[in-house]
Amino acid sequence: MNLETPLKQEYNITVYTENHVGLLHRICIVFSRRKINIESLNTSPSEVAGIHRFNILIFETEEVIRKLCRHLEKLTEVLKVYYHTNEDIVWQELAMYKVPTSVIAEQVSVERLLRCYGARVVVIRKDYTIFETTGQREETDKLITVLQPYGLIEFVRSARVVVIKDSEGFNHKLRQFERTAVGEES
Amino acid sequence: MDQKEIKKISGSVAIMEALVAEETEIIFGMPGGANIAMYDALYDYSQQLKHILVRHEQGGIHAAQGYARASGKVGVVFVTSGPGTTNLVTGIADAMIDSTPVVCITGQVAAHLLGSDAFQETDIINISTPITKWNYQITDASEIPSVLAKAFYIARSGRPGPVLIDITKNAQVQFFDYCGYEKCNHIRSYRPKPIVREQYIQQAAELINRAQKPLVIWGQGVILGRAEQEFKTFIEKSGIPAAWTVLGAGAIPSDHQLNVGMLGMHGNYAPNVLTNDCDLLIAIGMRFDDRVTGRLDSYAKQAQVIHLDIDPAEIDKNVSTTIPVWGDCKETLPLLTALIDKKEHKDWRRKFQSLYKEEIDAVIHAELNPASDELTMGEVVQLLNEFTKGDAILVSDVGQNQMATIRYSKLNHTRSNVTSGGLGTMGFALPAAVGAKYGAPERTVLAIIGDGGFQMNIQELGTIMQNSLDIKIVILNNRFLGMVRQWQELFNDSRYSFSDMENPDFVALAAAYRIAGKCVSEREHLRDAIKKMFEHKGPYLLEVMVSKENNIFPMIPAGAAVSEIRLK
Repeated sequence: MNLETPLKQEYNITVYTENHVGLLHRICIVFSRRKINIESLNTSPSEVAGIHRFNILIFETEEVIRKLCRHLEKLTEVLKVYYHTNEDIVWQELAMYKVPTSVIAEQVSVERLLRCYGARVVVIRKDYTIFETTGQREETDKLITVLQPYGLIEFVRSARVVVIKDSEGFNHKLRQFERTAVGEES
Repeated sequence: MDQKEIKKISGSVAIMEALVAEETEIIFGMPGGANIAMYDALYDYSQQLKHILVRHEQGGIHAAQGYARASGKVGVVFVTSGPGTTNLVTGIADAMIDSTPVVCITGQVAAHLLGSDAFQETDIINISTPITKWNYQITDASEIPSVLAKAFYIARSGRPGPVLIDITKNAQVQFFDYCGYEKCNHIRSYRPKPIVREQYIQQAAELINRAQKPLVIWGQGVILGRAEQEFKTFIEKSGIPAAWTVLGAGAIPSDHQLNVGMLGMHGNYAPNVLTNDCDLLIAIGMRFDDRVTGRLDSYAKQAQVIHLDIDPAEIDKNVSTTIPVWGDCKETLPLLTALIDKKEHKDWRRKFQSLYKEEIDAVIHAELNPASDELTMGEVVQLLNEFTKGDAILVSDVGQNQMATIRYSKLNHTRSNVTSGGLGTMGFALPAAVGAKYGAPERTVLAIIGDGGFQMNIQELGTIMQNSLDIKIVILNNRFLGMVRQWQELFNDSRYSFSDMENPDFVALAAAYRIAGKCVSEREHLRDAIKKMFEHKGPYLLEVMVSKENNIFPMIPAGAAVSEIRLK
């Protein structure tokens, strides 16, 4: 028996599913019945028609994550589940910032903003301007701090989207799913 | 599709067509406002589809479970929306945890009313999501054939389970172009059977051939996989003693020479103690429930573990596995049998025999031959064996009555033990016995129930009466919630907090339902009373007054290791 307390860390769970009503609930209760919180959740269509990809961020031990993934894979509408640590992936979040155009135009060096924080302007109107950045949490957080004094009107951040570093042949595999059985690929 | 094959039918008729195509023999259910159209269609199909009107929806689903367990076929339930569906919840949860194939077809308010808090509207899809293998809401009649095909396929394939299909009222009455029914045998995201990996079979066989003290523990997977014969061949060639979980009972006969008894909390002494002595544990179609393992961190730590299971999520869930053998045991067992050496393990098996003797001396002898005048549950079950000769289907409820039944009953055949295992649903037995009788009409069905559990679905006496169902009911009456009382005695200083019961006159109650019955409390009258019960044609209720404060032993106290099993 391992007497050391197992290490909890962030795991990125990638779930490929069919796109059915109620599936989000089915996936969420795999976590909630164990009182595990979902830190971040992204779901969107994958590159294969009719198949969705979920990215779910969970803070747990590997043993628990492994069981969660097995349980997820057991769901009828789920095709395949993988989990990865942050070291195994490249991830990004998208953030948007809405600020009053008048203040921004007069008081902020917009050019500097765009350069330093990799921000882009999405919309400019008389009354407000929307900036957008893509990056990790700390990066998008920084821009909030910068814009806060200038009357930040609204801020929104997307869930994490994840690309797996070691995903050679992933797309191919996904296309093969329908022809293979559990355990044939791992 | 050929143009002339298309005909216009209603959604309700499509449901009936689906059930006929799926070879459904029987439906358990109750009509109501939101499934009245289904029942109207059923009226025209009553030649092909038998329907049993239950007295409560919970009784309906337990009957469907009993039917499925006795017959190996899919149980079907019809209920209306709202309370009709919520009354199913306990049964669905029970079927989920015990892997019972059931399809529940529930009525729902019309689609345009969904979400409006309409009369008898309940969001049963979201309520049942955690306790179904799959569920789906149909709002358009054209979906009915394909969705029901999927429902039956999912319920019965792989590791079976309950499926709920909620059909809105408008879909039931809507006419649509019906092109015939096609059974489902593939879903893109669903893999009911994992591929068998050859290397694991070989590695498992090597471990088995090397083992000096191997122990097989089997569960309901052997029965669900219809692999009883393959299992018997495997243990007979390997010579390995085999012990069973509550739901595995009966897969091989009770008196098979390699059958070393029941595992777990109230199981037999030898297999529990020797679980922590064996060098190889071979788990077949079982899921290491906590009632089987006791304290996990001192469970079989000395042993290597081979786990055969159709559900990959069970591997390493509770006990970490040395070699996982994914797959359907009907396929994996013969592959394994081919690679193992023929052995007898005589010395090792002798250990089981000598521990069994200890259990006889400390527990079994006194239970079956009590010194006091009071009857014990064990001696009643033992006497019932003399009449059933091990050929009956025993439907037990939950608690002491269940443990006594399963410990002391003789089972010669598979699908003879119907009980609520994982969920421990009191009130299961009476309706489950109704279903079991329809699932195996040629067999004797004997329901053994406590006085507490009997009152939890007592209304199904009405179903038994209306159908003159030949079920023998034995109430083991100790005027207590007996297992609760036992725990209170052992772990709460005999503080019997709300576990004693004032009961009605059960025989008079049966008589009100025109069911014959008798009550016995004297040992000298018991045999004769049992004989009368079995000779009686039709349903019969025998109430047996048993000792108020008897305990079920052996017992592994909650949180203790299997090897810490107590004989007293």
